[in-house]
Amino acid sequence: MIIGILALQGDVAEHRVALVNAGVRQVKEIRNPLDLEGIDGLIIPGGESTTISMLCISTGLDIAIQQKIDSKLPVYGSCAGMIMLATEILDGRSDQFGFKALDIAVRRNGFGRQVDSFETEVTFLDGKVTNGVFIRAPRIESVGPLVEVLATIDYQGRKVPVAVKAGNALATAYHPELDSLSQIHSIFVQMVQKATERV
Amino acid sequence: MSEAKSVGTTQVKRGMAEMLKGGVIMDVVTPEQARIAEDAGAVAVMALERVPADIRAQGGVARMSDPDMIDGIIAAVSIPVMAKARIGHFVEAQVIQSLGVDYIDESEVLTPADEANHIDKWKFTVPFVCGATNLGEALRRITEGAAMIRSKGEAGTGNVVEATRHMRQILGDIKRLSVLSSEELYTAAKNLQAPYDLVAEVASTGKLPVVLFTAGGIATPADAALMMQLGAQGVFVGSGIFKSGDPVKRASAIVQATLHYQDPKKVAEVSRGLGEAMVGINIDTLPESEKYATRGW
Repeated sequence: MIIGILALQGDVAEHRVALVNAGVRQVKEIRNPLDLEGIDGLIIPGGESTTISMLCISTGLDIAIQQKIDSKLPVYGSCAGMIMLATEILDGRSDQFGFKALDIAVRRNGFGRQVDSFETEVTFLDGKVTNGVFIRAPRIESVGPLVEVLATIDYQGRKVPVAVKAGNALATAYHPELDSLSQIHSIFVQMVQKATERV
Repeated sequence: MSEAKSVGTTQVKRGMAEMLKGGVIMDVVTPEQARIAEDAGAVAVMALERVPADIRAQGGVARMSDPDMIDGIIAAVSIPVMAKARIGHFVEAQVIQSLGVDYIDESEVLTPADEANHIDKWKFTVPFVCGATNLGEALRRITEGAAMIRSKGEAGTGNVVEATRHMRQILGDIKRLSVLSSEELYTAAKNLQAPYDLVAEVASTGKLPVVLFTAGGIATPADAALMMQLGAQGVFVGSGIFKSGDPVKRASAIVQATLHYQDPKKVAEVSRGLGEAMVGINIDTLPESEKYATRGW
């Protein structure tokens, strides 16, 4: 199994460590369309979504990744990566490119600026609790009917979804890659395993 | 049901810098410049009243920017906004934090407010970046709570030589630590004038516990690529962009060169037709009193 990490900007190294900890032996950094050859899954890391979106266009990765996602390549995005996967981006730039792979509406910096960035308990559906690091994080404002909410946080008296999955796409508003043991990366590796078995 | 949120944690502060890696942070003095920076693909902007080249030219005491000006830049862009406070001026830092700025640069480019003490950065929710010329200085700043380090270089000169010196020094110091025996690490900590625990951590991990950017004199795409090849995790560009002939084109070129730093053809491609670079100053001709890198300790 080879998993690619989009390496245009952001916390690529942290995702690499998280993948290795999840048992992945081959990790490949993706900087141009040719790098996509042979990968079984793709991670879009945390970073600045406007920058990543522009660099996708300048490298031609916008079209190349879109084709891969459309042909069901498993893809996971954390924070900026989630913004890149959302069908609807609120408070983005008017020209902001995205892959529209996950039927969610996300608001950039939906929890506030850096002074409001926080750590809190993330609760999974099965009751498991993990620490979540939210850094100028996007907020999921609505999810489509086919989207599965995997985890939520309690925020201002409400349950807000922070990990979601639909089809071949997985996304988190927080950064599981900043923690030494990431459940999310294991979930993604399982998605990739299933997809490769199907082929 | 707990709703326990912790803000301003080390993880949140250092993590923010991790998200900036591979990116370019640009000095801007107006909302228009901030928009140009965002359009070019900057990961953040540094809001300040005068770029370092103008601070050099005009002289006088350089201070924190006018809050109106910082507000204007925050309103103009969606990317993170940083701002500079004077070394040791914790009230400027308090003011900047209250404006909702995303990162504070406790900067030698401004006139120091305290010649003995830096700001106690642990007291703040907002994270800090600080300049350093060597590993000991970097670790002292981290001890005080800095969540990101940048080389000092020599700001406002358009001359990359000091940034090169500082990057080589910091990364060379780290390499040297990694081959020391455990008994030698105590002496290394003494010589570096840094806490033993941090020195031991750097020796075992082979890197700083926080992100390391470069700053101070980067003026061309090739300068940015040089810094990345030397081991910088990202680039601050000060006067280099808006003191050049074609800021729009140069800003974008430096972003591209920072991404494609290992590809000389790509760096060549983006270096074409950029117009005049900032003129620049030879460091040898700078009097000692005008060297910003000697500010801070």
